[in-house]
Amino acid sequence: MMTHGDRNRSERAGSSRMRLRGLIRKEFLQIVRDPSSIAIAFLMPIFLLLLFGYGVSLDSEHIPLALVVEQPNSDTADFTAEFDHSKYFVTSYYASTRDAEQAMMAGRVNAIVVLRRDFASTLRRSDGAPVQLIVNGVDANTGRIISGYVRGAWGSWLAHSAQKRGEVLRVPVQMEQRVWFNSELRSRNFLVPGLVAVIMTLIGALLTAMVMSREWERGTMEALLVTPLSMREVIIGKLLPYFILGMGGLVLAVGMSLFLFEVPLRGSLWVLFAASALFLVTALSMGLLISTVARSQFVAGLIALIATFLPAFLLSGFIFDIGSMPAVVQAITHIVAARYYVAILQTVFLAGNVWGVILPNALALAALAAVFLGLTWRNARKRLE
Amino acid sequence: MFGRIFALVLKEFLALLKDKRTRLVLIGPPLIQLMVFGYAATFDLKNVPYAVYNEDRGSAARELFADFDGATSFTPVAQITHESEIAPLVDGKQVLMVIHAGSNFSAELAAGRPAPLQVIVDGRNSNTAMLAINDASVIVDRFNTAWAQSHGGAAAPAHIEMRAWFNPNLESRWFFLPGIVGILTLLLTMLVTALSVAREREQGTFDQLLVTPLRPVEILIGKTLPGFLIGMAEASLIMLAAVFWFKVPLLGSLLTLYTGIALFLLSGVGVGLMISSFAATQQQGLLGAFIFMVPAIILSGFATPIRNMPVLVQDITLLNPMRYFLLVLRGVFLEGMPFHLLIPQFWPMALIGVTAFGIAGWLFRHRMY
Repeated sequence: MMTHGDRNRSERAGSSRMRLRGLIRKEFLQIVRDPSSIAIAFLMPIFLLLLFGYGVSLDSEHIPLALVVEQPNSDTADFTAEFDHSKYFVTSYYASTRDAEQAMMAGRVNAIVVLRRDFASTLRRSDGAPVQLIVNGVDANTGRIISGYVRGAWGSWLAHSAQKRGEVLRVPVQMEQRVWFNSELRSRNFLVPGLVAVIMTLIGALLTAMVMSREWERGTMEALLVTPLSMREVIIGKLLPYFILGMGGLVLAVGMSLFLFEVPLRGSLWVLFAASALFLVTALSMGLLISTVARSQFVAGLIALIATFLPAFLLSGFIFDIGSMPAVVQAITHIVAARYYVAILQTVFLAGNVWGVILPNALALAALAAVFLGLTWRNARKRLE
Repeated sequence: MFGRIFALVLKEFLALLKDKRTRLVLIGPPLIQLMVFGYAATFDLKNVPYAVYNEDRGSAARELFADFDGATSFTPVAQITHESEIAPLVDGKQVLMVIHAGSNFSAELAAGRPAPLQVIVDGRNSNTAMLAINDASVIVDRFNTAWAQSHGGAAAPAHIEMRAWFNPNLESRWFFLPGIVGILTLLLTMLVTALSVAREREQGTFDQLLVTPLRPVEILIGKTLPGFLIGMAEASLIMLAAVFWFKVPLLGSLLTLYTGIALFLLSGVGVGLMISSFAATQQQGLLGAFIFMVPAIILSGFATPIRNMPVLVQDITLLNPMRYFLLVLRGVFLEGMPFHLLIPQFWPMALIGVTAFGIAGWLFRHRMY
């Protein structure tokens, strides 16, 4: 019995392999004849990563700052010099607060520092001289960064003026900060890996979102299903060619991150590629699911537009810290595959092979892929009945 | 002529809304997305997990740690007693920050010498790290001022008094919500227009449309109006939610706001139709929609300021209607900008719209398969 079953199984496996090969060959031919999928896989990552890698930065430098000195003297000159020499600011002087406020209204400056007429005289008083800082709060993040930089300039002015008087600055508690993994706080180092995740989400979904819906729409899916091909084989046959294509794009994107944008890679390359392969399978499966659920290419296209880019952009932790979101939204982020990939990428690139981060996220990716594929399989079968 | 256009518009609406799935896709997601993204998009740190590493037995360190404990940005999740415990916590992302007071912290402070407080931050997301450092230094500064006052030390010779215009508490949600209104409006116009012509081309009905008495201009208007009207309705809905649910202040006039929305819809629908009439298949239409929408959003100044971009990329953003629309939205919502100050944002959107329509109309006739 055993031998009979084994032979049967191996026979089935053999013919299955052949059928699969046929299907994959057909898909490849389709890809080669319609160059748009090749363009998606190879040109899109290059184009988008080039544009965004250079374009997206949170490092605010050269912030236009208005300085209003109501009565210039040597004390105020010492103070303003700190701003003139700071790389974070481009200073311009205004005669009155009113002028400076007008400049801020018109968007020419982002913040105003006012030294009042009595700056020099109040300096020597016990409660100290007030320095007015007005920031444009519309962009709250930049506003906060500016206030941090102004504080920094103020701190170094305190230190310099104490030094001038031959004293040591006596601050009760001195905060010493050390930033791990990215000591220069270069935002590109975390934005570029995040962009890779966003771009690969797009590519993965775009590659497959239309594939099955096109076959359903044209009726060729039914034709495919009356062949001896099983559902499993159809799914593998659809995934594999696009997987190979997508991996090509991914290698390009990772290469550009490393060599063009000089993001340090502290983990190992094989972990990076293993995680990326896993993510790509998840992204492609999502595309397949979309195209099975939608009855037409039109609806598949609409769902792909809604479900891929914005969630990957806003809910993946790529820019916005997931921990600061409300609990309900945090729960929703768990179905965004990019979230896990972003965590893995940022860790592998900047921190190294931290298995405590990589393994749970990789497991979550695998689970999502399984869910997507399972739903695809169920949906595709149901539609035949 | 109006009868013909009306018939076409009616047909377009029917084509869009008669299919249950399409209806679902067009109406459900924008509101859900506003809710989810509205809460997700913030740079205000909340409950950042940190570890306390306090080797000092004195009360001063305890007081300082109590200040951190009381801050909304931070939540203590671990107490550690040895340096070797730092790395696993930070590496594994269990904490974002470790605050360390050495064993002689209180003694140094009492002796009037600077007491060092070490703050170790996970820099994997450098923006979050910088915000955490800022928040921590504000707490330390406040502690220092209080300490100097109660222990007779000299106060600093100058101090900073900060005021933020338009957004006194520097809530970043106020900044992002108008942006999300813009993003969702763009997404919708893309949904309605980008595949509209491409689908008809693929199904062959576009050729039929071309041989009807309808002139290209009329087809253009017929294809434009549904996207324009749906976009208008949904933008209004989203804005209502932003104002009444998220309580974003709306200081400017509605007239200015709707001028901006109308012009943006014009440019968005124009670009969508241009993409759609260029595409031979729906797949190409979808691809084109993505290739336009993704850079239009990422390079709009929504999350990362345009000023931080290299000059070349800044120049490219001049072609992006989102860039102008975001300035209009934020200006009208938060700053109450009057109409005339926004004219520099209005005319580029109009120009982009008119150009795109011109190209789309030309493509109707000259791109045949």
